[in-house]
Amino acid sequence: MLKYIGKRFFHSLLMIFGIMIIIFVVTHVLGDPVALMLDPASTKEEFDLMRHQMGLDQPLYLQFFVFLKNAIRGDFGESLRAREPAMRLVLQHLPATIELTLAAMIFTLFVGVPVGILSAAKPYSIGDRIGKLFALAGQAAPNFWLGIMAILVFGVKLKLLPISGRGGLNHLILPAITLGFFGMAAVMRLTRSAMLEVLDKDYIRTARIKGLSESKVVLKHAFKNALIPVVTYVGLLFAGMLGGAVITETIYAWPGLGRLAVQSISMNDFPVVQSVAFLASVVFISINLLVDTLYCWIDPRISYK
Amino acid sequence: MMARSNGAKKISALRRLPIGGGVILLLFILTAAFAPYIANQDPIRQDLAHTLAPPFWEEGGSKDHLLGTDNMGRDIFSRLVYGSRISLAVGFLSVLIGLIFGTWLGLVAGFFGGRLETLIMRITDMQLAMPFILLAITIIGAFGPSTMNVIIVLAIGLWPYYARMVRGEVLSVKQNEFVELAVIGGCGTFRLLFRHILPNITNTLIVMATLNFGMMIIFEGGLSFLGLGVRPPAPSWGGMLADGRAYLTVAWQLATFPGLAIMLVVLGTNLFGDWLRDTLDPKRKAY
Repeated sequence: MLKYIGKRFFHSLLMIFGIMIIIFVVTHVLGDPVALMLDPASTKEEFDLMRHQMGLDQPLYLQFFVFLKNAIRGDFGESLRAREPAMRLVLQHLPATIELTLAAMIFTLFVGVPVGILSAAKPYSIGDRIGKLFALAGQAAPNFWLGIMAILVFGVKLKLLPISGRGGLNHLILPAITLGFFGMAAVMRLTRSAMLEVLDKDYIRTARIKGLSESKVVLKHAFKNALIPVVTYVGLLFAGMLGGAVITETIYAWPGLGRLAVQSISMNDFPVVQSVAFLASVVFISINLLVDTLYCWIDPRISYK
Repeated sequence: MMARSNGAKKISALRRLPIGGGVILLLFILTAAFAPYIANQDPIRQDLAHTLAPPFWEEGGSKDHLLGTDNMGRDIFSRLVYGSRISLAVGFLSVLIGLIFGTWLGLVAGFFGGRLETLIMRITDMQLAMPFILLAITIIGAFGPSTMNVIIVLAIGLWPYYARMVRGEVLSVKQNEFVELAVIGGCGTFRLLFRHILPNITNTLIVMATLNFGMMIIFEGGLSFLGLGVRPPAPSWGGMLADGRAYLTVAWQLATFPGLAIMLVVLGTNLFGDWLRDTLDPKRKAY
């Protein structure tokens, strides 16, 4: 198991290296950072001076080396707008995004899993059909629309909940539901199908013949075995949520990474965008590593593959 | 008794057909194809004397503007109708490009193996490790927003999924005897790939492409919503939604209908895709 985790860790480091290449290629080779930073009306001399100051007149491999050296220390340069280190700015916005993502994940799991179990316990009942309809709609509705509709109904018409900014728990409700809705629908369907498959197994019949109550059969015997695909999917879902947070945070003026990234793009603040892309990828890779480790712990057979 | 069971059989056969999803999808495709005949107004023409008009069934609404007008006095219904062209075109083209590119690399990786395979699969892993929206906004930030760039970015986001899937399938198809026999029969590499291996993967590809089509429509909407996609005044559903955000308190119709359109078309695609998967690719489960 340790060997497997060590291998996965090394693999993760390689991926982070690769992501630095992608970020470097997108910003240094494909786009011209100077053109983004300077006023288009500047003279050629000003452009050349800026290029020289930033080391952009050096050969590409040297530039990459410098970029890499700085990136390892978390130094992506100064934010062009806030005039402070980009990474520090990004780290200041990280807690808000973590808070939102965790709240969304809690909503996803605490609604999606129980409804999925109930659906599977009584398949093709009215409740199951309603659940299915809900899940289908949830997977088709874009979160930027859901968010705006939630604002329209709960904020503007009913005036029940705050619709912008970060604050107490009630500020968290609408953004978390908006961000978690797609995942909830997916987890619901996934739990249902995994449960249905397990409930068909011989050992479930054995448990029933033994005379166990239906709730014990469903919750103790079936649910535990249906859990593995759900755990795997939750890992994937985190990535989706980091992306979805970009839109959710923009809608609700939530002061997190996603909103910072969008604002920085529109102001051509490239060091900040790079830092967000880098940090988000590192977080995502770490989560994947964690999920793989967890998975290995739940099902030890995996490490021998 | 006999008649009843026949009836039940008919119903279950009907249930297996993708009626709901198929009808919705067809409706949107027809709308896009015949947009000039369906829309009753010019989608881009502004009419600042009649801004924020309500839909026809509300007080003050008129049949000229079925779903009302937006903040520039443009007809929402006509914009929605023309918007279907953008959404469907972006969805279709991005999936097509991503599919061709990814399938090609997946075929090469799975078939030839070796260092080339390692290289391709490592690149795939790396790209999948970056949250897609972030990759998209980084690229669009560097190149500027345009419809073409959205299509390219979405295709870039998609190809690794195809490469990974196709490689896996090639590895398993390669094990079959008919591949060995084709080689013994003197079949060339190119012919082997495209006549013997690829046809065995087509069903899976079609299912995946259908399900991705809806997803790409949502992503296009999201990017346009953030101002990083299709540029105004072109009637993109996501862009319409973004415009409507500022007028939520006074005109609910601006933001509501474009989102409904996206949801419906994606719902149709997902239902159709689920049916395709059950029919063409029964091995694969829901997830």
